[in-house]
Amino acid sequence: MRIRSSDPAYDLHIEGYNTSHHLGNARKQADARGLDDVLIVDVDCHHYETDNFEPILEFIDDPALRHIALNTYKYKGPAAMLYDQPGYQDVGGRVTRYLTRKGEKIEETGGHREVEQTLRWMNALSVDYACLFPTPMLFLGLHPQAEVEVALARAYNRWITEVILPSNPRLRSMLYLPFNDPEATYRTVNEFAGKPGVIGFMVVSTRYKPVYENAYMKTYAFLEEAGLPLSFHASYHWNDQLTSLSNRFITAHAVGFTFFNAVHCANWVVNGLPERFPKLKVIWIESGLAWIPWLMQRLDNDFRMRTSEAPALKRLPSEYMRDMFYTTQPMEMVNNQEALELTFKMINADTQLLYSSDYPHWDMDLPSTIWDLPFLKEQSKRNILGLNAKRVFNLDISNQFPNGVKGG
Amino acid sequence: MSELFVCNAAELVEGGRKLIANGADQIGVLRAGGALHAFLNVCPHQGGPVCEGLVVHKVEEIIDADKTYRGMRFNADVLHIVCPWHGWEFNIATGRCAGDGKLALKRYPVIERDGGIYVAI
Ligand code: FES
Repeated sequence: MRIRSSDPAYDLHIEGYNTSHHLGNARKQADARGLDDVLIVDVDCHHYETDNFEPILEFIDDPALRHIALNTYKYKGPAAMLYDQPGYQDVGGRVTRYLTRKGEKIEETGGHREVEQTLRWMNALSVDYACLFPTPMLFLGLHPQAEVEVALARAYNRWITEVILPSNPRLRSMLYLPFNDPEATYRTVNEFAGKPGVIGFMVVSTRYKPVYENAYMKTYAFLEEAGLPLSFHASYHWNDQLTSLSNRFITAHAVGFTFFNAVHCANWVVNGLPERFPKLKVIWIESGLAWIPWLMQRLDNDFRMRTSEAPALKRLPSEYMRDMFYTTQPMEMVNNQEALELTFKMINADTQLLYSSDYPHWDMDLPSTIWDLPFLKEQSKRNILGLNAKRVFNLDISNQFPNGVKGG
Repeated sequence: MSELFVCNAAELVEGGRKLIANGADQIGVLRAGGALHAFLNVCPHQGGPVCEGLVVHKVEEIIDADKTYRGMRFNADVLHIVCPWHGWEFNIATGRCAGDGKLALKRYPVIERDGGIYVAI
């Protein structure tokens, strides 16, 4: 594999790409820190469903849509059904695994290629359990055809629950909800709750459907009753009108990945959904952490002036937000550690924060991003890396830790 | 200070690189911009194998005298090495992080002598 440089003399040639080699330094970190003895649950990581797109399309129920999808796929690839967008997460070949990952040789030991490749990075990072999400489907919330989102969601959910999750107990998922169609969303939680490996459900945040619509209440009630978390996974879409104000990917990403989660979270709180569903576990994924203090402060300040507009609230907005859960990545580890420490305090990180790597994406975070934080006690590190997730998802960890785990 | 043999000088042409072991560590040795450079193969960000990344010239904006933007270009005088994990870029000549000059790669002196290349550790 040749990755072009600015000058051919510096072109990078990578032969025999191997995830374990690529992450060799991560394995060294894990060994140096003894992380194999620590429960690590990665609450947000990814695969590329487009690597297996044809088999997934075969699961589409609607025969006419399946026919179109499979024939169009032949010449157009995944864009046959997905809502593509411009962008270059790999920064033009600089983050090399984007180009090389697909050609990785995986021994056919009977397992699905997808699973084998996932286990390679999990083992390198010392991740015990991984909650897998798709990648380009994170942009599907803006697809103009709601029925395509519904069809693909069910096809993907069937594929991952029938083909991928049963093959290894370390793999889990919060399944994709076709949120643009509230009835299909309700059908999805009814159909898939309780299936092996399903630990919750996920809404892709980048969409124009408000979380407070009455049509969703029965879904929230169902999940609350079932004890299954509802997560909102951030993404961006450069074709979205607001995001398209940005001319550089860095802006589209830095702002785009926080904006929709912030709006949905504000709507969730202001409409008093935490009062209506006090036991429903809500998780905000992949917006980093810096947006949370910002929103807490904005909402608290406004709420005291405009209490009548949020009459369902019995506490300050930030107090409801403190009961929610957040994933760590991409943790904004800039050169102001005080800001990070204060953020951890403001969100009760000790109980509410869930480690996530986002591997294999370009801004992935290793477990050391938590383990090496000087202001955390060891128990807090263990909580954030895995024990909080064990509690939130009611995880059985006996296959990885038959004798239990320290601190848990 | 001791020296580690890297390879024969002729083996490392412009744009070439070698990884050598120094105990449990790896050191990457590169010939780039007409000079030899050696760095610890551990990125100051999250520890990625920085020496295995793309070598590419620094990108800069073209701004006209009237302050209008005219595109981008590579600066032929400044080479970067890019960590393959997340894309942090480092000036090869100085080892400094392009995005945050307070951070830098760990550098080692490289010696070319009698047709051989050595790293001083
Ligand atoms: S570890 Fe090198 S860029 Fe992150």
